[in-house]
Amino acid sequence: MFRNQYDTDITTYSPQGRLHQVEYAMEAVKQGSASVGVRSKTHVVLATLKRFASELSGDQKKLFAIDDHVVIAISGLTADARVLSRYMRTETQHHKFMYDEPMPVGRLVLQVADKCQISTQRASKRPFGVGLLVAGVDENGPHLYQTCPSGNYFEYLAMAIGARSQSAKTYLERTYTTLAEAGVEELIQSAVTALRETVASSKDTELTTKNTAIAIVGTDGSGMRVLENAAVQPYIDALDAASPASDDEEEDGDGDNAAAAPAAAAPDAAAGEAAPAADAPAEGPADMQT
Amino acid sequence: MDALGLLRPGASVSGLPAAHTPGAATGFALGDHAGRAQAAPAAEPGVVASTASGPLQRRFQPYQNNGGTVLAVAGKGFCVVASDTRLGLGYSIPSRKVSRILKMTDKVVLASSGMQADMLTLHKTLRMRLVQYQQTHQKHMSLTAASQMLSNMLYTRRFFPYYTFNVLGGIDENGEGWAYGYDAIGSHEKVSAVCSGTGQTLIQPVLDNQIEFKQQWGAPKVDLSLEATVELIRDAFTSAGERDIYTGDFVEICKITKDGVDVEEFQLKLD
Repeated sequence: MFRNQYDTDITTYSPQGRLHQVEYAMEAVKQGSASVGVRSKTHVVLATLKRFASELSGDQKKLFAIDDHVVIAISGLTADARVLSRYMRTETQHHKFMYDEPMPVGRLVLQVADKCQISTQRASKRPFGVGLLVAGVDENGPHLYQTCPSGNYFEYLAMAIGARSQSAKTYLERTYTTLAEAGVEELIQSAVTALRETVASSKDTELTTKNTAIAIVGTDGSGMRVLENAAVQPYIDALDAASPASDDEEEDGDGDNAAAAPAAAAPDAAAGEAAPAADAPAEGPADMQT
Repeated sequence: MDALGLLRPGASVSGLPAAHTPGAATGFALGDHAGRAQAAPAAEPGVVASTASGPLQRRFQPYQNNGGTVLAVAGKGFCVVASDTRLGLGYSIPSRKVSRILKMTDKVVLASSGMQADMLTLHKTLRMRLVQYQQTHQKHMSLTAASQMLSNMLYTRRFFPYYTFNVLGGIDENGEGWAYGYDAIGSHEKVSAVCSGTGQTLIQPVLDNQIEFKQQWGAPKVDLSLEATVELIRDAFTSAGERDIYTGDFVEICKITKDGVDVEEFQLKLD
């Protein structure tokens, strides 16, 4: 992005009718690590790539359970995401208290979007620098929504946000028509395959049990599940077996334990900074607790 | 707490002192004092027109007692929480089957008697707090945490209490069974056996004698098994149901062990 004289204030339009600060906030989302969401007739699955702040630290949390029927994946400023997730949690509990029913997902997302919009129209505030993929089920079935710092929100059949998400989106555009009838295992596998696209371009990285987290919500009464660590192993193993959607390294045998920290060509969402950074070469064993 | 004052049909439970009445009770009393003039029931619920002493006046009566008996008995590695299901009002029975029990976690169960409306709201609020705790701490609330939280919640309503008489039972983090008894404003005590509600005066002495072996000298103090405890509780409810008009219909019994909560139900007399 380029600097110009209309981007200092959130409350200043550019002559082209753009709010540059809001667009810069959306850049912060693009710098966060990838999150992928896919939806079928019965389930929604989120697959996320966890990033490590440094070799010494644990991973950044990407999935937040909101209520029994909603889970979100975040990309961008984690601290801002915490604020939004806390808001979502209190809103869902309040709704359940008042109406004795789980909150409809669209209503919740609308409220979050309104909250994001408020901070795009106050001189004293800055926009939320986080995008959410909201996965939930209500009486109308499963839903996948995306929210933006701008206050916009959209419902999707499949979506990816964060760093290198375009590769995942390209893969999803090719395959999304098959998702509707997919069973839950197939759906999880396609989410993980799409997520793999976001690391495929970098030779040093691959999906491992340490950097992948999956969440599933379904209408079959199974509620909400989060899969991490060893539980994601079967889906990662199945990646090598499946034919790759694009040319990427197939480092078989180098599966789980030799988890090199994902090379970050983008600034770390953990630090909460949106400043561009040089490629961080991360070699050697990354023996981190998740 | 003057329990007897609450049993007279149509008796008002004044939560707020009546103003402008000569000789009105000073301070804050839950329950009519014996000797005070009976208030005539009015058409509007919650409002009482008092005719006896002085000019006609209205008083806002926010409370009513729906009766019911709840108890919790702890043993070695288990706890049993039970309550009857009759909803009473005066000499009537609005419902034979209301649940007074809230399963808080797989190891903690709450039972509340008193006013049904306050019980429902208290349980709803507790449910919210349990979810919030679970989301923040990534684990379920322990028995000790739940017992303290309930006490705090009741006390925050110190000056307009939840009209509920609670008992909490469960397994703590060491696998031991414990019960807690509460008053309406949160005073609580960890015990082995406690009973609250309209049948309290009938059942509590039996629990003291048979579970804690009080007033028995020379008798061997044996730990009752889960089955023996449930038998005792069944007998206690059956007996209380005979003498207390507000206790009857059905009994819900929750047995809490390390394997979770098992609920059974049995029927009492419907009279």
